[in-house]
Amino acid sequence: MAKNYYDAADLRKFGEITEWNEELGNKFFDYYGKVFEEGALTAREKSLIALAVAHTEQCPYCIDAYTKDTLQRGVTKEEMMEAIHVGAAIKSGATLVHGVQMMNKVNKLDG
Amino acid sequence: MATKSLKKSGSELAQSNKQLEILSNGIFKNGELPTFKAKISETSQFPLIANKLEILQINVGYMCNQVCEHCHVDAGPDRKEIMTRDTMRQCLEVIKTSGAHTLDLTGGAPEMNPDFRWFVEEASKVGIKDFIVRSNLTIIRANKKYYDLPEFFKKHNVHVVSSMPHWTRGKTDKQRGEGVFDMSIKALKELNAVGYGMPDSDLRLDLVYNPSGAFLPGDQAAMEKDFKKALSEDFDIQFHNLFAITNLPIARFLDYLIASENYEDYMYALVEAYNPAAVANVMCTNTLSISWDGYLFDCDFNQMLELPVNSKSKHISEFNEELLEGRKIVISQHCYGCTAGAGSSCQGSVA
Repeated sequence: MAKNYYDAADLRKFGEITEWNEELGNKFFDYYGKVFEEGALTAREKSLIALAVAHTEQCPYCIDAYTKDTLQRGVTKEEMMEAIHVGAAIKSGATLVHGVQMMNKVNKLDG
Repeated sequence: MATKSLKKSGSELAQSNKQLEILSNGIFKNGELPTFKAKISETSQFPLIANKLEILQINVGYMCNQVCEHCHVDAGPDRKEIMTRDTMRQCLEVIKTSGAHTLDLTGGAPEMNPDFRWFVEEASKVGIKDFIVRSNLTIIRANKKYYDLPEFFKKHNVHVVSSMPHWTRGKTDKQRGEGVFDMSIKALKELNAVGYGMPDSDLRLDLVYNPSGAFLPGDQAAMEKDFKKALSEDFDIQFHNLFAITNLPIARFLDYLIASENYEDYMYALVEAYNPAAVANVMCTNTLSISWDGYLFDCDFNQMLELPVNSKSKHISEFNEELLEGRKIVISQHCYGCTAGAGSSCQGSVA
């Protein structure tokens, strides 16, 4: 058993999850593949969304995978960083908008 | 940014046997990854056999005005290997008699060969269907003596294929050198001005995209769309098609992969993206590469690795199309570069 929680080489083994549940694993990968196909959004746009979400989810495997994927699609560093800021803005906005809940509660209990 | 070739700087990676050793050892020797031979054997595609010759690719010399970071030729201003007029004459004889429909001149910067213009003039008289010159664009602006190249290409109905790693300055200059982007844009405008690349023009102008780092090229059609949109909107530049080409792990790109500790991951990426359908259309099955000194190879990459054709006809002076057809293609692990994803060739994707 590795001493690290994350190992970059494990990303290559992702497909092996089907070995312990073939049906669900295959359904997941079929779905995953379909999601990233060209559609109303281009595959490039989807890749940038995935990169931003990879950061908000703080998934190191996804960050590796979608940094590479966006590079392959010709995305520039500037575009990548802007996408991450979109994720960060939503993440911080989601935290701060709960401030209203806190304020409501304070006003009720101590207003 | 490098200013000297690996050869000039005395790097051991300038030696083809050293490169082949790296490609055969490590992860391929310990069984972590299958060799190319083992992989194509899985789908009964070994040995790869040459079909009818369609494309003659002639490398007229390794001299170049640029020293690109990922050059598989290890080309540069310090390379002195240049095809002589005598060898060109031998090539012309072959072009006249061969069944190939495409002639593809490459380098280095082919325009730097002092007999380049003579060769183009003579070769264009033969009436070959598609006559390609691979121009790095900046050569057109490098010196006054090259300024008329767009007109010269037009006069001889040459199909111009040019490298353009990205539609932004930063990514282009990172790979090809400071100032390359601006010069390339200027050269493209000049090619457009004489009719090259315009939507209804017969003067073909195609661009070659290869990744600026240790990753594979994206989908060719999607990249072409992005290139066209950006170059048209930003610079009012037109071109016909984009060829997306994978960087093969040889010469300066191999050096870069090793120095940046990307070699193993890159080889994994190539092997994981292996596509048997691309093997069926790989360019070595319809192409012959001729070196500056007249030797025959299955492709330009094998030329750089000094892996000659497996045939009794080894030199342009003893060219025998019948003998060459049906030959077994010489392979090593660099071949994974042509079979990853949608495949890669000098004409772009193949699958």
